[in-house]
Amino acid sequence: MMLYHDVLIVGGGLAGLRAAVGLCDKYDVGLLSKVYPIRSHSIAAQGGINAALANNPNGKDDTWEKHTFDTVKGSDYLADQDAAELMCQEAIKVVYEMEHWGCPFSRFPDGSIAQRPFGGAGYPRTCFSTDLTGHVLLNTLYERSVFKGVKVYPEWFVIALVNDGGQCHGVIAFDLKNGEIVPIRAKATLFATGGYGRVYFYSTNALINTGSGIGIAYKAGVPIKDMEFVQFHPTALIGTNILMTEACRGEGGYLTNKDGERFMKRYVPNAMELAPRDIVSRSIQTEIDEGRGLEHPLGKYINLDLRHLGAEKILARLPGIRNICLDFIGIDPILEPIPIMPCQHYSMGGIDTNERCETDVKGFYGAGECACVSVHGANRLGGNSLLETIVFGKLASFAIDEYLQNGEIKTDEGLLMSRKEEMEKKIHGLIREGKEKPYTILADLSKTMSSLVGIFRKKEELAQALKNIEAAKERYRHVHVSSPKLHMNHELLNAVELEYMLDVAHTIALGAHLREESRGAHFRRDFNARNDTDWLKHTIAKIGKDGEPVISSKKVMITKYQPMERKY
Amino acid sequence: MITASEYTFKILRYDAKEPEAEPFFETYRIKVLTGLTVLGVLLRIRDEIDGTLSFRSSCRSAVCGSCAMVINGKIDLACRTQVATFGSNTIVLEPLPNFEIIKDLVVDMTPFWNMYEKIKPYLIRTSADPEKEIEQSEEERSRIDQFVNCILCASCYGACPVLARDPEYAGPAALAKLERFALDSRDERPASALDAVNDEKGVWGCDTILRCIEACPKDVRPTDSIVSLRKKLIKHKLFGKGIR
Ligand SMILES: Cc1cc2nc3c(=O)[nH]c(=O)nc-3n(C[C@H](O)[C@H](O)[C@H](O)COP(=O)(O)OP(=O)(O)OC[C@H]3O[C@@H](n4cnc5c(N)ncnc54)[C@H](O)[C@@H]3O)c2cc1C
Ligand code: SF4
Ligand code: FES
Repeated sequence: MMLYHDVLIVGGGLAGLRAAVGLCDKYDVGLLSKVYPIRSHSIAAQGGINAALANNPNGKDDTWEKHTFDTVKGSDYLADQDAAELMCQEAIKVVYEMEHWGCPFSRFPDGSIAQRPFGGAGYPRTCFSTDLTGHVLLNTLYERSVFKGVKVYPEWFVIALVNDGGQCHGVIAFDLKNGEIVPIRAKATLFATGGYGRVYFYSTNALINTGSGIGIAYKAGVPIKDMEFVQFHPTALIGTNILMTEACRGEGGYLTNKDGERFMKRYVPNAMELAPRDIVSRSIQTEIDEGRGLEHPLGKYINLDLRHLGAEKILARLPGIRNICLDFIGIDPILEPIPIMPCQHYSMGGIDTNERCETDVKGFYGAGECACVSVHGANRLGGNSLLETIVFGKLASFAIDEYLQNGEIKTDEGLLMSRKEEMEKKIHGLIREGKEKPYTILADLSKTMSSLVGIFRKKEELAQALKNIEAAKERYRHVHVSSPKLHMNHELLNAVELEYMLDVAHTIALGAHLREESRGAHFRRDFNARNDTDWLKHTIAKIGKDGEPVISSKKVMITKYQPMERKY
Repeated sequence: MITASEYTFKILRYDAKEPEAEPFFETYRIKVLTGLTVLGVLLRIRDEIDGTLSFRSSCRSAVCGSCAMVINGKIDLACRTQVATFGSNTIVLEPLPNFEIIKDLVVDMTPFWNMYEKIKPYLIRTSADPEKEIEQSEEERSRIDQFVNCILCASCYGACPVLARDPEYAGPAALAKLERFALDSRDERPASALDAVNDEKGVWGCDTILRCIEACPKDVRPTDSIVSLRKKLIKHKLFGKGIR
């Protein structure tokens, strides 16, 4: 069996759905997702989406240019400024478009879309729907895709990308329900496969956020970019690491240490709790490291205190947060502070794309968290990621449309069939006796990443991390899966994904090891300042002939915002 | 303090690809730390003890709707259910009722999605879109809140006695979704849009015994939507009124 679509979209989160909705009227589109689209990680986003609508009475003179400036400054000047400009301009259009498609945004008294302050932003421009913004956006786009009749393959898992060295011919997929390996031919393929949070042990991300899409592209020879830039969110619940949205602080929440002190005044007195994430996370980690954290059987923590906001505001603006606290730690934030710690949250790096979502490979595109355009540079601002997914999902649909219009595209069935056979062999090869289970390797890998490639980094630790990853790769050669049945075999999928996760982790640690400076979320204790002379450039990793990453660099696009010291 | 106690998990095993083999309960003994969720246990079983066990999960934070199942006789999300909340050390896990099993705790959700699609789950407008947002007051928005909150987990569908006897019944989630739009001040669907549910397979099929409300992890109250849709249909029939 071989399937065909003009356009193949991998990923049913916001980026994938937005692209599908933009293309399905004109082309035969197939959308693959390893979970039902509505179960994608986008559903979990809480705080909001940025757009300079200037609805907030305190932000009437907001403009997309100011939004761009905040984004570029937040990125510690590593963002490509042409792409950031484009995103901030498009922001206004896509937020209205989502509203017209039914998204139930929270409102101001005049009936306009409400906007709240968020970290690192000079203006209150984060549009939201209570603290369930990802939930309403993803539902709205899914509803739109139902309206448009997008063809979805739920629980289909892409296991390889078919690239002949210059052009993409489609993918090899695994139909989880039937346990079949199916080649799918397509003239254009878009990856919208989300972030790589789960290569870290402590992560706010859904369990499915393995970053396998990035690993699959990398293995197929597509360059990936800025992998070392990993965002650590300041406020994740201890134990489960479920996110406590930045909106908690946007709405006025405090961070306090064991002495009840609002310690942010010692770090960033002007911005306090609303400094950008990288800075707040480092401040919290420093408090904990210096003994001013609190103790819990689940670990050391800092308090996120909402009590002074009052029951009414918490119930109206942060109902989802309250439910999570009640369900998962038995705490009511109306009455008690929330115990939090910083942990992995967002993947700035990803598939190297330009502002048209194009990659090095013809017919292969990337959008959303799996891509690195780069609009977030070294540190993403809260509320800019939901925005990125929808804007670049839309722009990908334009670029793919143009590509399909311009001339004949030939796809190679033979190549797909031979790749399919290879993958079949590989999968059957995993089902055997062996000494390694996928989860033990993953647990060791992710612990290495959290402890040695975390908020604070240094040379020796990063070198150790690289050694550990090497060792994990070696162990992977002996990995085995116990069930011989292919269908609904999640252990098998975990094993397949693990191989890609190893490469993703490798490129993160390698990038971090090489980059001898501190910029945004990448902080080196041994090189604790930004160094524009040597390092104002993107890191590019491409797989070499021997399977090892080859690192090069790429210029940062600067339009009108000259790099300055980043002060808040 | 964190303590570990030994629990017995009895999990229903079945594979639709081997219909001749009867479903059975497989027993797993596992040490559980306080605070561990049922999903946490399932992940551990699959990782460490038995890789052949199938179940769904994604967000592990009760927002994605993947993991609804029957836990000691009660439908709930595995990821938000703490093992220690049960009085006994034996926990029985079964797949959601009213669905065909694919394998173990994984059911075939196709009928659920079909019903969802049938009610036209999207904003329908006849007027042209304004340049900016369609105005809506916070009060109007919050009216649809509870229905917006639905995570499409199908707990209600699994709990519904009407669906147990009539698989063609639209079911609580789809009707709640319809109400989410019919109640939205921006939606302009004609009254005839409710015709599709104006029968025993739709709003008139409900027994109003509130099982769906009990089962819903997100306080959606599907029965409220069914009662409200009925009122709209009656008003429309008696007074020729629109549906809002
Ligand atoms: C808890 C949390 C809260 C957040 N809150 C905010 C916020 O308030 N504001 C903001 O701007 N950002 C927020 N973010 C970030 C934002 O939610 C994500 O960056 C964004 O949703 C990513 O969307 P996406 O479409 O790129 O990918 P995802 O939504 O992650 O979707 C990825 C899709 O790819 C599919 N997939 C992956 N691999 C494969 C494969 N190999 N084969 C087939 N399918 C595959 C998955 O099934 C899924 O459908 C938050 C993130 C977290 C973790
Ligand atoms: S109404 Fe409640 S139980 Fe039913 S699908 Fe929605 S969230 Fe789940
Ligand atoms: S895993 Fe998402 S609801 Fe349970």
